[in-house]
Amino acid sequence: MGKIITKNLNLWYGDFRALKNVNSVFNANKITAIIGPSGCGKSTLLRVFNRMNDLIEGVKMDGEVLVEGKNILNPGTDLVSLRKKVGMVFQRPNPFPLSIYENVIFGEKIHGDSVKKDKLHNIVEESLKSVLLWDELKNRLNESAMRLSLEQKQRLCIARLIAVKSDVLLMDEPCSTLDPQSTSRIEELMRELKNSYTIIIVTHNMQQAARVSDDTGFMLLGELVEFRNTHEIFTAPRDKRTEDYITGRYG
Amino acid sequence: MRNPHRTQNIAFFFLLVTTLLIVVPVGLIVVIIIQKGLPAINWQFLSDVPRQGMRAGGIFPAIIGTVYLVSGAIIFALPIGLLAAIYLSEYSKDNPLNRIIKLAIVNLAGVPSVVYGLFGLALFVIFFKFGASILSGSLTLGIMILPIIITTSREALESVPQSFREVSLSLGASKWQTIRHIVLPNAVPGILTGTILGLGRAAGETAPILFTVAAFYLPQLPKSIFDQAMALPYHLYVISTQVPNVDEKIRYGTAFVLLALVLFMNLIAIIIRTKFRKKKKW
Repeated sequence: MGKIITKNLNLWYGDFRALKNVNSVFNANKITAIIGPSGCGKSTLLRVFNRMNDLIEGVKMDGEVLVEGKNILNPGTDLVSLRKKVGMVFQRPNPFPLSIYENVIFGEKIHGDSVKKDKLHNIVEESLKSVLLWDELKNRLNESAMRLSLEQKQRLCIARLIAVKSDVLLMDEPCSTLDPQSTSRIEELMRELKNSYTIIIVTHNMQQAARVSDDTGFMLLGELVEFRNTHEIFTAPRDKRTEDYITGRYG
Repeated sequence: MRNPHRTQNIAFFFLLVTTLLIVVPVGLIVVIIIQKGLPAINWQFLSDVPRQGMRAGGIFPAIIGTVYLVSGAIIFALPIGLLAAIYLSEYSKDNPLNRIIKLAIVNLAGVPSVVYGLFGLALFVIFFKFGASILSGSLTLGIMILPIIITTSREALESVPQSFREVSLSLGASKWQTIRHIVLPNAVPGILTGTILGLGRAAGETAPILFTVAAFYLPQLPKSIFDQAMALPYHLYVISTQVPNVDEKIRYGTAFVLLALVLFMNLIAIIIRTKFRKKKKW
């Protein structure tokens, strides 16, 4: 059974239909990539899973999106616990203008009630260790996160999610501002994280999708054209449009 | 023929001249007031009540009156202004009605202060029967500086990058937690700037206090918020135009104290602002 399942999901921005009957299954402990040309709806789909589209006025959705079996499109959905569970890494690394330490414990600060100092310190250490930043930063925890390199910032943003104990990591082109070395190190990190997390990554970069993902979905004009095992989709696409895109005749 | 160097020099010259046109008069005012006012400043001038029909003695009641009025105005206007700004920038939807409200608030800042004075007279002094009192005067000044505080606070809140709000919400913070922990702390310097502007204006205006609080001559300190009080700007006006033969020294001395008071308040706000900037690490 999939961690996240969409059934006949439709989404409109006003009159514009941005997602058309999307049916998909995202499995736990796997990396699923969503690829497609700009404006195809891949980021929109990603932002359905933590209901970040709610911030845009005039959004309408129908169909079902099951996260661990619960339809998160239900009006009574608790967005706070949904967003704790389903965390998001953004395109531009966006730590808060606070210290490294405060960035990691931000979630704990708003969710937890009166947490002890040593427990907080443990959370910081654990979280930074899982993104392999602890050794570099353990003596600089009170420095501003704004002074870190882009790659460090992006890792810190992932650590911030790990600290709130997210299960699902939504990544919206997490490497598009990074250089190739940083990109490959982040990809390395993703492979390690997938043992404990469900990762969904939206990417422009087909090579990246081919390198890191287990499953891949190809989207075009709001439609999920093909959604299968990454190896299969890249070597033997079934849909003509997928083939055109993958071989570079598109977008 | 066009000569980019010459155009550049001409542009530079005019920009410099206009800047000097602004800086020089302000500088002169400050220099003259210090030069003529400083000799009048001594302990007696600052701590004594006016004597001999305000031709001698000090200006202590006026200093205290102004401090009370400005504090009262800020106590009233800052919380209300800030909350209104938070509502307008974070909660209100972007529709024509709200745009009109925002525009109206901006324009309120340009309403002549004497109009606020009459408004205060009608509402606080007469309708609420507060009489001419520190309470009426503070509320009138508070209403006068509300638009400044709302507008600058709103701009400060809106200048906090949208991405901070998104991240905070995506981490499961509620809207209020996001405002409380992320938006407000980053907007504090801007909010303080608005408060400073409001403070300076409240301290310096004569018209709003004319009908609502200011006493022509009251050689004692106010005992409650329902008492009248003297205030520096009005006192300056009185000794400059209403009382004959006041020594120039006293007039400039009063102006100097008013100026120093406003600068002192600004200084405090600037210090707080720098502290926040440092903490921000941005």
